[in-house]
Amino acid sequence: MKYAGLLVMPAGFLLSIAAILLFPDPELRSAFALCGLAVEAMGLVVAVKGHMQARGDRRP
Amino acid sequence: MTQAPATQLSETVFALALGLTLVAPLAIAGLALVNTGLGRSRSAAQSFLGSLAMISIAVIGFALVGATLADGASGAGHIFHLSGKPWNWAGTGPFFLSSFADAHAHAQLALCFEFLAVALLVLIPWGSGADRLRLAAGVAVAAVLATLVFPFFTHWTWGGGWLAQLGSSFSLGAGFLDAGGAASVHVLGGLSALAVVWIAGPRRGKFPKEGLSTAMPGHNAIYVLFGCLIALVGWLAWNMAGALLWLNAQPAALPVTAVNTLLSAAAALTATFVVTRARFGKPDASLCANGWIAGLVTSSACASLVSPLAAIFTGLVAGVVTPLLVEFLELAASIDDPSGAITVHAANGLWGLLAVGVLTPQHGQFLAQLIGVTTLLGVGLPVVYLLFSVLDRFLPFRVEPDGERIGMDLHELGGGAYPEFVVHRDDSYR
Repeated sequence: MKYAGLLVMPAGFLLSIAAILLFPDPELRSAFALCGLAVEAMGLVVAVKGHMQARGDRRP
Repeated sequence: MTQAPATQLSETVFALALGLTLVAPLAIAGLALVNTGLGRSRSAAQSFLGSLAMISIAVIGFALVGATLADGASGAGHIFHLSGKPWNWAGTGPFFLSSFADAHAHAQLALCFEFLAVALLVLIPWGSGADRLRLAAGVAVAAVLATLVFPFFTHWTWGGGWLAQLGSSFSLGAGFLDAGGAASVHVLGGLSALAVVWIAGPRRGKFPKEGLSTAMPGHNAIYVLFGCLIALVGWLAWNMAGALLWLNAQPAALPVTAVNTLLSAAAALTATFVVTRARFGKPDASLCANGWIAGLVTSSACASLVSPLAAIFTGLVAGVVTPLLVEFLELAASIDDPSGAITVHAANGLWGLLAVGVLTPQHGQFLAQLIGVTTLLGVGLPVVYLLFSVLDRFLPFRVEPDGERIGMDLHELGGGAYPEFVVHRDDSYR
């Protein structure tokens, strides 16, 4: 689960790069880049959840 | 205002930047003291020796390999074209600093600053791995960061790379701005700290099967608080040197940078003081120290670009967020971060970088900062975690259980930092 979250994060980066390449309109660019940041945030949350799950399984 | 390497410096600016660069290492000394103080007494010598060893390996690695990839003085780089725009992703400097002595003054000073930056960077994950991260693993982490990770990010931000060129390529303000290393030092360091903590795991007994996490307070609050004061001196010089080198600021602009640095730290400490007083009934010394450093980290991004009032605002936000996020990571996310580096450096560095976009008037600056932030999160964390995971296979990060029981000093160095003091045993092993 942690790896899945970490794998999602580069997708957010690619979204933000796509924003500046595809859209000339500043507002669209910002909205798309913010979506990229949101995807990264989701990936991070999944990774943290995966870490918590793993820790819970391995607690002494 | 652009973030691009200048070709010439006047003698006055050169002397000023050189003087400031020579004072800036006090930020490194302060952080080393804070890291040591927040760890346990039985690991204090290993912590401080580890800081020196990691700095040594990092600067050597950066000199041999990293400086080549980070180079921005030549104005050239490894460039590919996408949608008709140049994407400068790595430097093409000479290997082994072979032409360092012949470079112009600005390039030499810029490289000096980058050496200090990499030294500061490697101390950040070291503090988070306190009391269980092996010395050899810490040194390996420093080598990886200095040769494979930091050079790319520093080239992108300081070396005229694609992030710095967002202004000229896509009309996004002045491009990604990071005069004091909030991105390539603090956020990268904080994310490395997260990767180290995830891989090494928590200290034994930190998270018992039932109940809340065990409090493991730092062993010397004076080290921590004195480290904060030392760090302030270094940070003042650091931010001013960064403004001269990366923003081409004039000397007349430096007093504002210095005042903003101080205001940001002061506001953050005040906010953390109030929040911990409200939550725990009494102010918490180590969290207040974290708040102070968080304010300084925020100032690394903002100090030379915003007004004093805005510096207070960014510091206040950092000071409120820091104790809450430290608590959340420990209690809710089971992340054992003794130095609080993930919050202090990563979270507040990100906040500072975004605040620059919000608080500076240039059109498109927020988007430039946003692209920089998504790059750090979307590339920095996965890459660092992958590299460290591979490294952990060959050189295990975590010390053997016996090392944790008797302390890292005795286990790794054969002697403690305080040989005349009684060292408490670890009750979690009962």
